Amino acid sequence: MSTTFSVLRSGPMTTVQDAGRPGLLHAGVSGSGPMDPPLFAIANALVGNADAAAGLEFAGMGGEFSVSAPVRVAVTGDADVRIAGEPVAAWESHDLLSGQTLRVGALQRGVWGYLAVSGGIATPPVLGSRATHLRTGIGGHEGRTLKAGDTLPLGETVAAPCLRMAEPFVREEGPIRVVPGPQDDYFDESAWDLLAGDGYTVSPTRDRMAQALEGPKIAAVRGHDIVSDGTPLGSLQVPGSGRPMVLMAERQTTGGYPKIGAVASVDLPRLGQISTGQPVRFVRISREDAENLLIDARRALRSRLADLMPKAGLVCDSGFLLDVNLIDGVAAVAENE
Amino acid sequence: MTPKVLCAGDQALAVEFSSRIDASVNARVIALAKSLGDDPLPGVRETVPSYRSLLVCYDPEAVRGAALAEAVQRRAAAISDAASASRLWRVPLLFGGSAGLDLEDLARMKSLSVEELIALFVSPEYRVYMIGFAPGFAYLGGLPALLHTPRLPTPRQRLEAGAVGIGGEQANINSVAGPSGWRFVGRTPLRLFDPARPEPFLLAAGDAVRFVPVSAAEAADLDAAVAAGETIVESEIR
Repeated sequence: MSTTFSVLRSGPMTTVQDAGRPGLLHAGVSGSGPMDPPLFAIANALVGNADAAAGLEFAGMGGEFSVSAPVRVAVTGDADVRIAGEPVAAWESHDLLSGQTLRVGALQRGVWGYLAVSGGIATPPVLGSRATHLRTGIGGHEGRTLKAGDTLPLGETVAAPCLRMAEPFVREEGPIRVVPGPQDDYFDESAWDLLAGDGYTVSPTRDRMAQALEGPKIAAVRGHDIVSDGTPLGSLQVPGSGRPMVLMAERQTTGGYPKIGAVASVDLPRLGQISTGQPVRFVRISREDAENLLIDARRALRSRLADLMPKAGLVCDSGFLLDVNLIDGVAAVAENE
Repeated sequence: MTPKVLCAGDQALAVEFSSRIDASVNARVIALAKSLGDDPLPGVRETVPSYRSLLVCYDPEAVRGAALAEAVQRRAAAISDAASASRLWRVPLLFGGSAGLDLEDLARMKSLSVEELIALFVSPEYRVYMIGFAPGFAYLGGLPALLHTPRLPTPRQRLEAGAVGIGGEQANINSVAGPSGWRFVGRTPLRLFDPARPEPFLLAAGDAVRFVPVSAAEAADLDAAVAAGETIVESEIR
């Protein structure tokens, strides 16, 4: 009998995501996947899942959930998390027993948080991935945001100790770094001056597709229409409205607006985490510098994940192991009812 | 024709062959994509062909952008523009009806009868310049100049999958339902995108398309066949 994950209550924007759906950009299918891949990877690692396992992404608040058999769960993002009404820490894994309610409440800061469940969400992959692409309604659970009453299958949980991070996960602050191109020649220096200034805030219309910005209009001196071409992740494009936007995880794969640059990959999750109405400033860096930052950040993350530590105390693992051993008995009781 | 290899962030290059829409330019884009698919350069993850540019996505841990740009430049110089085998699709098209919202307005704008507009629309062999925007969404070139028409000032909220339209100097076939500012003349029963099929995507960049008008009754039969999972059209290899 496979374990199920039940949605008792859902936040407004809770979706199933995995590492994404690569390799199909040429067919018009965007990669989708998490808005904040490092936070997603940490959540998976905390419950002992492989990188490819699917979990939940939520905006603002997650919801309330229960499981049919014991699992480990972990929330990344500074959310108010409760199990059976008791507050528990984010950024570490906890046992969730059948019959207990996991409540993933509001994020204290940031926009996107993650809930990983040991075994991973096991909805059927679509085009090789479980990532939800909301705009086209593919992947995840019926291609949509979760709602109360949804029941999702889980993969197999392997008993293991609960984990925590050796050090808190902290991101550097400062302006969002941008690599110029491929249509930076459509703009003059005044565009970069505006982007570097304090005029831009995150628009309420932001979503998984684009981080739309409000602020001064940018004029493309060579016009706002190009012959449509491929849109890399993080493209900073300026449509005819003059309001710049950054293309995010669920972006369209091609577009006809000039792209003054692309946000450095290392800064894209940080940009996605800036709340609506908050200011955003940009600064130009070279491709080489951006590549170095990304390579360093990936190495640092891998080392963080390798350094996850078993949590102190015996309650967690011994209780969990005991419960896992009881699964067959519980199932037998359920079948007799 | 030496392309410009432009920086497109820290994980992509844009190989730009021209700033214009042109079939021979597009053929080179597709030839480079095929070359990089058949014989990959280290670190290249995937490519995205578009009208006149190829986006080359890479992993900077495996190859640095500056080095890859040189390798791609050399590869682009070595490809020929000799046409490789292409596929021709005969696409059934029901003009008017629920999806052909703009058919009569377009005829009036062009001072044509609806019959004349239909005859003109189906006269060329179209080229699939790229698949983009949405899964399987086909951008077609070859629309007769008389039919070039700007997009609607206000997009419509929802057009059905299979709707066939005009946007500027291009034609398109919608692959999924969604909002659109294009002007639509009808629809095809063909599904350009179906994730449940073994081959989820019908068309690819570089394919050729001819529209074949069908009656409402024929379209209904084709709809039923598609709904039953039957293949209603095969491409011809040329």
